Amino acid sequence: MIRYTLTRFGLLLLGLFVASVLIFTTLRVLPGDIAQLIAGTGSTPEQIAGIRERLGLNQPLPLQYLDWIGGVFRGDLGSSLLTGKSVVSELAEKSEVTVPLGILSLIIAVVISVPLGVLSAMRRGRADGTALSVGAQTLAAVPVVWAGMMLVVVFAVWLGWLPAQGFPRAGWSDPWAAFRALLLPALTIGIVEGAMLLRFVRSATLQAVGQDFVRTAAAKGLTRNSALLRHGLPVVGLSIITVLGLQVAGIIVGAVVIEELFSLPGIGRMLVTDVGARDLPKVQGELLALTGFVLIVGFVVDLVHRILDPRQREAA
Amino acid sequence: MTTMDAATPAPPEPRRPRSRWAWLGRLWRLSTGRFGLIVVAVVALTALVAGFWTPFDPQKVQISNRWAAPGWPNLLGTDGSGRDILSLLMAGARTTVFVAVGAGVIATVIGILLAALGALTARWVRESVAVLVDILIAFPVLLIAMMISAVWGGSLWVVIWAVGIGFGVNIARVTRPELRRVLQSDFVLAGRASGLTPSQNLVRHLLPNVAPVFIVQLSWAMAVAVLAEAGLSYLGFGAPVTEPSWGLLLAELQQFITVHPLSVLWPGLAITLTVLGLNLLGDGLREATDPTLSRSPFATRRARLHIPEVVS
Repeated sequence: MIRYTLTRFGLLLLGLFVASVLIFTTLRVLPGDIAQLIAGTGSTPEQIAGIRERLGLNQPLPLQYLDWIGGVFRGDLGSSLLTGKSVVSELAEKSEVTVPLGILSLIIAVVISVPLGVLSAMRRGRADGTALSVGAQTLAAVPVVWAGMMLVVVFAVWLGWLPAQGFPRAGWSDPWAAFRALLLPALTIGIVEGAMLLRFVRSATLQAVGQDFVRTAAAKGLTRNSALLRHGLPVVGLSIITVLGLQVAGIIVGAVVIEELFSLPGIGRMLVTDVGARDLPKVQGELLALTGFVLIVGFVVDLVHRILDPRQREAA
Repeated sequence: MTTMDAATPAPPEPRRPRSRWAWLGRLWRLSTGRFGLIVVAVVALTALVAGFWTPFDPQKVQISNRWAAPGWPNLLGTDGSGRDILSLLMAGARTTVFVAVGAGVIATVIGILLAALGALTARWVRESVAVLVDILIAFPVLLIAMMISAVWGGSLWVVIWAVGIGFGVNIARVTRPELRRVLQSDFVLAGRASGLTPSQNLVRHLLPNVAPVFIVQLSWAMAVAVLAEAGLSYLGFGAPVTEPSWGLLLAELQQFITVHPLSVLWPGLAITLTVLGLNLLGDGLREATDPTLSRSPFATRRARLHIPEVVS
């Protein structure tokens, strides 16, 4: 276990390193003169030189990289070109929207997909099982933006139960209003992510049906379904954990689009705005934070899976 | 040909070409495969037709006829500036097909390259490539796309490259073990023994044998490309506003969603149907090309489960 943890941790560090180098080189090296790009076409050579000085672009690239990554280690992801605010403080501020949105989406996805996925596997070949499976397949093909729009049409425009857009200015000091504002966005991401998770749960359950221990339990007198529920579900749960990392990545990506659709002041919308404004130092920090988060979640998921799965423990 | 057959009486030889295309028949007999084939064919045909004919000029603004309800002559109605929605959708299909095919080509090239590097080279090279692929796979396509857009600005090429890179890595990951497996087989050894160079062996023996795995992944990659195009165009990093695109149309119609809620139905349905078609085509292809899969009662046991990425 210790050896596995260390190897996996090494892979995480390597991943973070590769991610930082890729982000850095894409944003710094490829565009040619970044200072020219930032200053715009109508700029004087002095302005460009000023920008270059300010960003440390006169230094050789490896030095620039070390400078940036050294800052990251001190907890400094850089600062915005336009407002001068530090990326870390902005991320912290926006995460008040994005983190609850993500957690809520994940809960909705799991609550929808696990029972329905198991059900659709147990009712395989019958009308309701097939309907569930077809429905999940279809929902998984729906673009998140459009799912959001349809939910807005139903719940905000026709029924008027929930706000169509926006987040209360007072933030979480009015928890109920904030929660209501996040409900439709979270439902959107949760349903689309849940549809994918459902297909996975279904397939994992079908796989569990074929396992020897479920067959043995059934042979010893349990009905097939109760054998599956008692002995198969833990296995299904384990395999759900393995895709959780993928789900988190999906939710982050979903949040980028959905925060834009619902005009929520979160990390995703900030990224869209900054990319549009070409605030490259800020984009660089944000992308590193997001990919780093995805990589770290993957690491934690692998470790948890290792700890929980007795088969893997024995193999180690 | 017939005269030749008459002259040399029937050697039982021309069986091979039939078995080569047998998977197509199996694909058609699967309900998923048939649905996928039909949808993909319809979208491709629409794109083709839209190249020279649409019911109306998709970009023609006609304010007097704005927000027309579905009916004649505007079958799906018009948008806020009187443009015909059906014509916009047909023209948008061209953009969609262009992006899907472009991303598919790039994903193929990157996928083959990485898989070959990861399977056929010296041990340290292929192990490092495998680790690199494992790392790269964690990058969501949308983040890659935004990274590229931050530098070059948004365009359809950004979508194509982002999906191509993202899914090329995916394809490499799935193809590499398959390639390693085929590499151990006798016919590859025989090929090597009879003097084929590694690249000749790759083209003649290895690639045809991993092609089934590959083409399945490609189908799913195109589905991701369609979703990514819609999502990125919606965010303003995809198609330019002058270009007809389903994602762009969604973004434009969204502004009037409280007044004309049903108009957003059409572009969304078009995207969903296309993505569903490509996903099912991939599922069907997997079943049709992998004989071990469909026969077993617990078919999913051996299936490499496909979880489509969220990109839009």
